Amino acid sequence: MLEAIILGAVSYGACLIFAAEGELIAERSGIVNLGTEGSILCGALLSFMVTVWTGSPYIGAIFGLVGGALPALLHAFMVVDRKADQLASGLAITFLGLGVTAALGKSFVDDKINGMDALGIPLLKEIPLIGGALFDQDILTYLALLIGPAIWWFFKRTRVGLILRATGESGDVVYAYGHSPRKVRYLAVTAGGALAGLGGAQLVLATTLNWTENITQGRGFVAVALVIFASWLPLRAAAGALLFGAAFALNLVLQTRGVGIPSFYLLMLPYVLTLIVLAAASKGQRQLMPAGLKAVFAPGGT
Amino acid sequence: MLKRTSKWLAFAALAMLAAFGVTACGSDSESSSSSADGQTVGFLYVGPKNDFGYNQAAYEGSLEVEKNIPGTKLIQAENVPETSEASRVMEKMIKDGATTIFATSYGHLQPMLAVAKKHPEVTFEHQGGVKAGANVGTYFGQIYEAQYLTGMAAGLATKSNKLGYVVAVPIPQTLLNINAFELGAQSVNPKAETTVVFTGGWCDPAKQKEAADTLIQGGADVLSQHQDCTKTIVETTEKAGAMSVGYHADASSLAPKGWLSGSVWNWGPLYTDIVKTIGEGKWKGSEYDADYRVGFADSDIIKIAPFGSAVTPEIEKEVLAKQEEMKAKDFYPFEGPIVDQSGKTQIPAGENPSPTELETTDYLVKGVVGKIPTSSN
Repeated sequence: MLEAIILGAVSYGACLIFAAEGELIAERSGIVNLGTEGSILCGALLSFMVTVWTGSPYIGAIFGLVGGALPALLHAFMVVDRKADQLASGLAITFLGLGVTAALGKSFVDDKINGMDALGIPLLKEIPLIGGALFDQDILTYLALLIGPAIWWFFKRTRVGLILRATGESGDVVYAYGHSPRKVRYLAVTAGGALAGLGGAQLVLATTLNWTENITQGRGFVAVALVIFASWLPLRAAAGALLFGAAFALNLVLQTRGVGIPSFYLLMLPYVLTLIVLAAASKGQRQLMPAGLKAVFAPGGT
Repeated sequence: MLKRTSKWLAFAALAMLAAFGVTACGSDSESSSSSADGQTVGFLYVGPKNDFGYNQAAYEGSLEVEKNIPGTKLIQAENVPETSEASRVMEKMIKDGATTIFATSYGHLQPMLAVAKKHPEVTFEHQGGVKAGANVGTYFGQIYEAQYLTGMAAGLATKSNKLGYVVAVPIPQTLLNINAFELGAQSVNPKAETTVVFTGGWCDPAKQKEAADTLIQGGADVLSQHQDCTKTIVETTEKAGAMSVGYHADASSLAPKGWLSGSVWNWGPLYTDIVKTIGEGKWKGSEYDADYRVGFADSDIIKIAPFGSAVTPEIEKEVLAKQEEMKAKDFYPFEGPIVDQSGKTQIPAGENPSPTELETTDYLVKGVVGKIPTSSN
């Protein structure tokens, strides 16, 4: 039972990790991107299309990055250059992504692809409980497991990461030091969208192997919530995404055991559990919010 | 320099998205085929017409109407949500000349009733609902009869005696199918149990994948399902080396090794006959101006898909013999005694409920593992 939950946590949480880390990068630069859902959708569809055309899910995954980056680039243009409202622009981009992918994806619904194969790591994959979940996955899922620590390292140890974080706190200071906050935000939002797009690629190339309209079913918004409840910390966001996956897997396992909990509550479980845990973990850490975001969430800023 | 580059990039992105958007509007979900003077018939589907599932089956049926009744004009609308958006689509169809409208998804009933009240001159037919208006009829096939047969095939083919069933939401139709599947399986294999998982949605492939994996890890070696899109579960099952019982449409091409059979729709002849009846002005008071329900005995609305290589000749023979009994009205899947999970007799011995009575089913039969999701338990 535990093994099934750990396995589900990783395979169901992988897409969310990408999306949440992408959102986190954008938010640390001072831009909220509610278009993440749209980026996942565009990344999923474009990677699926390219996989159908080329037969290679690896080429497809690269185009997942592109598909996710395009809507995010548009969002960056709207909010950084056109000074549009961040929340409104993000939502508009999500709906645009939903409509565009539904229309363009129509003829791909019945296409069959060979997804990414699992590349098991000898010996390690035999480890009881966690071997299958951590060491017998496809490349994108491995990458999902590594991306949280990678971004943590990027923020903590690299100069670019420092500049990005500083931009989220105060664009003026960064400007005074001779960097362009505008450039940083463009790059952060676009890179974040590309990551979300990779999450979409993971969804269709490693999990479902199918495309269908609105395949994300709100995962992009879950990612946005995860980032906030994880207090903008990359490792905690990744853990939150895995927890969400684990709670979903727990729901399925409990159902197959005929546990007498009404399963509408079980369907709520991932959301409720993740909220409670992350809320408890982030207690008293509101000050971790990038200062640049305060203007978005509390007009006038405090 | 950079400023100009990024602006150019953003414009390029905007232009591309806009171009996509225009394509999207151009190929709007509504498409119609032209003709001279016959009836104009509108069809609404909740999903895409090529989903290897419920919508594909209905869509293929609609094409037969066009073929069988020359001059018929079809207005097709895919991906119509089960909201007031469905009303808007129907209003548009009527404006475009539709005199008959088929709404093919369960949740299209309420929007349809609202539109039907405003347009008494138009005839409405709903797939699977309950009649609730002078100009509204409903129709459905007793697909649970087919699920009983495929359940038999599953019960005979299973080695672990554990069958799995991935269900969207608990409504009488889905519960009837699960029950029939388990009853069919235990009729030939008393040890067969069916474990049920509800995903809470009609087409969420990522959830379907996890649900199928969980069932297989739990030991199930045959999986059936009740979802609108069926591909992901069939493919996941095949990949895991387990056997598949399909639903809605023949997906044997997706499971060359593990395909057993499936319950599939054959709507064309029924749609054709309904449209013909309306065209001749005989709809009022006809069997279609009611809750029309038929199974193997009186129609060919439902079928079982061709058997796959995982089915032995013995299994095939036994299943087909039972189908003949159903056709001859010698056998009904829900003839009593039917006992539910708690051991309570739901249908007493000797009783044989009518199809409409069965549509109030709110229990799972003994042998099914899993609980019906309710808001209070």
